[in-house]
Amino acid sequence: MRTLEETTDEILSLAAVHFRVPREELRPDDDFFKKLGMDSLQALELLTRIENHFGVELPDYEMQGVTDFRTLASRIQARL
Amino acid sequence: MKKFKGKRLSWELADEVLELELHSPPCNEIGSATLEELEEFAAALESAAQHSSALIIHSSLKAGFSAGADLRELYARGQQLAASHRVAGVRDFLERVHRVFNAIDASPLTTIAAVHGVCFGGGFELALTCDLIVADKMARFCFPELRLGLIPGFGGIPRLKRDLSNSLVRDLLLTGRSINSTKGQAAGLVSQLAAQGETLRLARSTAAQVKKFDRATAGAAKRFLKPIPREELRQEIEIFCDLFTRPAVMEKLRRFAESTDPLPYLP
Repeated sequence: MRTLEETTDEILSLAAVHFRVPREELRPDDDFFKKLGMDSLQALELLTRIENHFGVELPDYEMQGVTDFRTLASRIQARL
Repeated sequence: MKKFKGKRLSWELADEVLELELHSPPCNEIGSATLEELEEFAAALESAAQHSSALIIHSSLKAGFSAGADLRELYARGQQLAASHRVAGVRDFLERVHRVFNAIDASPLTTIAAVHGVCFGGGFELALTCDLIVADKMARFCFPELRLGLIPGFGGIPRLKRDLSNSLVRDLLLTGRSINSTKGQAAGLVSQLAAQGETLRLARSTAAQVKKFDRATAGAAKRFLKPIPREELRQEIEIFCDLFTRPAVMEKLRRFAESTDPLPYLP
């Protein structure tokens, strides 16, 4: 069973690869919409990558209002 | 016509395989211009049936297969009409869409939707007319219509209920959530999963396999397996038109139409 920190770290790595930014530039409390300039389509792409990586489903409505990686990780963690 | 290049879509028949390419940015929204070209395609599909074995429907746009109905146009047209005429306009549009989608659904060809990215609303309903859905791992399927106070109007509920289950329809429709293609495959919606960017290649490979079979036999099997749910399709139009009369729907469409997000239909 992953810890929340491990889940967060894996999400940061997935986001870094998907958006082609250096991993070290991303922090757990970053607002990913601002930091990555993400639009709604890219948010869906990231959601799909995360679901595929962790083998879980995260309904879109659980993403509503979530803007930072740590909170996103906690949503995933609740389904692992 | 073996080849057609339109503003919204194109098709070509080669080596017994008909390919319909959607290329109307931002994400193949289905409005009146696309519908006119789809109607031309439906006529071509009927005449091409004698010379072809398979149909592939795909999108050449990065955003995905299709985001569904052109809601901005739906709102603008609704604004131009008096409330009493609004429903008649919508009904006419839906009936034209249903004629095209029924023609694809009932085609004797083996039909394959090659799906990537966004496959929402009316786009999902178009994919559901096909016999097989090949989807890449980044594809997402969704019925977002309840967010607008509507139900899907292009035949999605009867077709998904026919092909899979009432419970999956309820899950997608009543929550408005999108599912990825891995979940879609587990549910029986997606027949083959493709790596990102590989859907068209897999669809062509499947079409090459389909060509090996006798067309009369494949057509007979399809007629036996895949009846058009005409009564439910008719009911769907009635429910959609009934819901469309409510002022709340036009208000939700207004908010959508005035959104500056390039893809506001996304969750």
